Amino acid sequence: MTHSFPWLTALIFLPLIGAVAVFLVKETGVRFTALAITLVDLLLSLPLWWLFDASSGQMQFGEQAVWITTPPIRYRLGIDGISLPLVLMTTVLMPLCVLISWDSITTRIRTFMAALLIMEAAMIGVFAALDFVLFYVFWEAMLIPMYLLIGVWGGPNRLYAAIKFFLYTLTGSVLLLVAILVLYFQSGHTFDIIELSQGTYPVTLQLWLFLAFFAAFAVKVPMFPFHTWLPDAHVEAPTAGSVILASILLKMGAYGFLRFSLPMLPDASRAFTPAMVTLSVVAIIYGAYMALAQADLKKLIAYSSVSHMGFVTLGLFAFNVQGIEGAVMQMVNHGITTGGLFLCVGIIYERTHSRQIADNVGLTKPMPRYATILVIFALSSLGLPGTNGFVGEFMVLAGTILWSKMATALASLGIILAAVYLLWMVQRVAFGIPSSQFLPKLQDVNQREMLVLVPLVVLVFWIGVFPNPILTRMHASIDKVIARVSPSSPEPALAVGLDPLAALVRDTAPAVEQVGRP
Amino acid sequence: MTFSSGDLLLILPELLIVTAACVVLAVDPVLHPSKKDGMAWLSLGTLATCMGLTASQMSHSTSAFGGLIVIDAYGCFWKLLLCFVTGLTVLLSYSYLKEERLHFSEYYGFVLLALSGMMVMVSSADLLTIYLGTELMSLSLYVMAGLKRSEPRSLEASAKYFVLGAFSSGILLYGISLLYGATGSTRLPDVAAAISGRSLDDSLLLFATILLAVGFSFKLAVVPFHMWTPDVYQGAPTSVTAFMAVASKAASFGAFLRVFVEGLGGVKANWSAIFLLLCIATMVLGNVVALVQTNVKRMLAYSSIAHAGYALIGVVAAGRMGGAAGNGIASVMLYLSLYAFMTFGAFAIVAMLRKGEVEGEEIEDFTGLAKRHPLAALLMMLFMVSLAGIPPTAGFIGKFYVFMSAVEAGMTWLAVLALIFAAISAYYYLRLVMVMYMREPGEVMVTSPRFVMSPTLSIVLACAVAGVVIFGFYPNPLVNLAVQAVLTLK
Repeated sequence: MTHSFPWLTALIFLPLIGAVAVFLVKETGVRFTALAITLVDLLLSLPLWWLFDASSGQMQFGEQAVWITTPPIRYRLGIDGISLPLVLMTTVLMPLCVLISWDSITTRIRTFMAALLIMEAAMIGVFAALDFVLFYVFWEAMLIPMYLLIGVWGGPNRLYAAIKFFLYTLTGSVLLLVAILVLYFQSGHTFDIIELSQGTYPVTLQLWLFLAFFAAFAVKVPMFPFHTWLPDAHVEAPTAGSVILASILLKMGAYGFLRFSLPMLPDASRAFTPAMVTLSVVAIIYGAYMALAQADLKKLIAYSSVSHMGFVTLGLFAFNVQGIEGAVMQMVNHGITTGGLFLCVGIIYERTHSRQIADNVGLTKPMPRYATILVIFALSSLGLPGTNGFVGEFMVLAGTILWSKMATALASLGIILAAVYLLWMVQRVAFGIPSSQFLPKLQDVNQREMLVLVPLVVLVFWIGVFPNPILTRMHASIDKVIARVSPSSPEPALAVGLDPLAALVRDTAPAVEQVGRP
Repeated sequence: MTFSSGDLLLILPELLIVTAACVVLAVDPVLHPSKKDGMAWLSLGTLATCMGLTASQMSHSTSAFGGLIVIDAYGCFWKLLLCFVTGLTVLLSYSYLKEERLHFSEYYGFVLLALSGMMVMVSSADLLTIYLGTELMSLSLYVMAGLKRSEPRSLEASAKYFVLGAFSSGILLYGISLLYGATGSTRLPDVAAAISGRSLDDSLLLFATILLAVGFSFKLAVVPFHMWTPDVYQGAPTSVTAFMAVASKAASFGAFLRVFVEGLGGVKANWSAIFLLLCIATMVLGNVVALVQTNVKRMLAYSSIAHAGYALIGVVAAGRMGGAAGNGIASVMLYLSLYAFMTFGAFAIVAMLRKGEVEGEEIEDFTGLAKRHPLAALLMMLFMVSLAGIPPTAGFIGKFYVFMSAVEAGMTWLAVLALIFAAISAYYYLRLVMVMYMREPGEVMVTSPRFVMSPTLSIVLACAVAGVVIFGFYPNPLVNLAVQAVLTLK
């Protein structure tokens, strides 16, 4: 399937052009320019949804150009059913991030909007890159704008949070770079992600590479015990920064596991499954317990992210359709719901200048619309049936139970705890008895803020009731991953890996692909 | 020895530079002070002509003066880089020396003389000629380092540089003489022929190799022979520091690679082991000590030490690789040419951040620069990000190729180690970004440093930024140039 229009390049380069444009327009027009660019990017991305051929697990909207000749590094883009929802989630969330920063960011607005737009380009690039070096470039290009977002426009402790975020993620990523280089020489000199995903590598090497990948992706997810940068970064970042971090950046870690670790290193992935499942379950329960203890709304949501992302990694390492599809659903859902919750916190922070639960008690009366939306997001986050949160978590658990009843039981505990901390938070923030006298005078959500929140509310219910359109687009792509990683597939890796020539002839992959969904 | 006029034609670029240097030095005393600017333009014109000539020699592969000088793509690659950096130095000095009230036109004469020495270094296939080139470069730099006659720091830098430089030259010369004793020649091809099949069990050859390695390590500022670097870099006028950190390092690497690959290639497994130790020590010490610096020039000095360490990875890898040794060498050439852009840009900004009469070279002086001079802060951030090796900047491309050659040579662990130190280095580079963007100028600062922009400086910065950004996004031309140049290295 070929498309003449370079959709993905347009999606990536439009925000980059926008990042330059915000420095050229008048100060008053900066916000409108940024909004216009992100909206056009959203409009550009929507056709992908319909043009996407759901029956195919191949990369679509492919583009390719030579970038560097020695070694062969290509500018190669394409998306499949895994990256499609994530790209769309990015383009949906970015205009909302611009809108929510409309009044709250007053200093150096140009730099702020430029940083947001560069982030957008890099994030779409990460999900669309099909060359490992290109992927790495996009992956790392996000560090500096995010560092600035946290460090320049963040809270009081922003310097510490910004450098912690930067050093944690950079240290993880540099190991990924080494792994990419090692794979290049092992695979017979290619950086092409699709070719690399069809290769077989010696098992010992796979184990090392898995650890290197893990260093990069686990920090980003973040998996327990590499999560400690997350609460700091979330709390200090401005609202838009928190939304980007929680909704999109964290997904990149999970995306990395799904796109690289599983297909490229199937043997190692299976070998590490017990450890990964254990860490996921620990993250689910630990994150939930930590969330219970938080008095700061942003910290509470940050720890709930750790818990929810635990479901994603749990689902990924179940190696079955329900688990992995559930994980991708959970990635999208977490993006929507947690993004929504952070937006809610940002809105109340603009009014009361406090994120403490104790300072924001009893908002139902002064802000009925706000309270309603907050409750919707909270219910979605705790996985109430009928909301999007339920779909993802249910599928992940359904996938896990085939594999381990123990892990499923423990993970379910996380759902119960989520209900406890979220409902308790809602009980206080929405329905508590106001302690301070100025709370009743608070202004309810204004039109601009409604514009930010309503699309996410719609998505919460749409995915909650009717997740099928997303799932059908995923099936074929996820079947491919499962065919690569499932233990029933022929196991050439153990023997072949030692012989570099075998890498050229082996190609058992096409046969496996036709097995289809179990 | 005989030589023809054809030989002279081959070294026309060098001759031009020396002539221009002599003209500058001779004319200067009789020139009216208001016309001294002309010397800068004369130098620039010569450099441009020289670059054109060198570029046209790129496809040559000949030797002159009975093999003392070789004209090949490898040498031309370095010469182009050196001429380019010298051009930037002249442009930067033009603005900087005026600010410092040091605008003597002899300065340009010394810059050109140093350049001619460097050009001899990279295009010579004889150890003694290389030594002469090194001395010509060093002697000019000693003078330039002490240019701020009224400032003790600058004089100290000059004296320190001179003493340690003379010491290292002695070691280098001793190594050359031992090598002559062991092989009977100072010509690199003859040396290579004489040691082929021999190993370093031959103690004369062993000592010669070690002494040469030590001598060059001084020039490259490799740990543990780096002690002069921080003081000299800090004390010398900033335009000279930039010149030393970029050009003198590049020239030393150019000569060093030729000596060790062409001359001592037969014992590369042995010298590779020596440089492996130096490389690790250099990366560790350079990066760790840079963490605690409060003076930007000193921090950049340690950073340049660390970068020599990264470049050495390519050298070590080349020593370990059989047929693909060229990839290692090419990665070093690429690394140093990309390093030139970002380091020069960073020093140019330090030079032109003025605090009254002197430059604002403390990290604190950069506080809140993003508010006062958004463009200068943005450029400095770009250079810092590039030095830290974060894509999509030139610094990443440089590191990518160096680490790739390490992995190719089977030293994945070295790449891991180097990358971890690269991540550590991000801390001190970003500290500068932090003070520029995230700190407000405090009450303490009565006169906040101002950034002096001038037309020549904007050319320098434009060149540096163009290099960092263009080669960060599209390094292909430079990569191909380096890969082809290295083919001519025997």
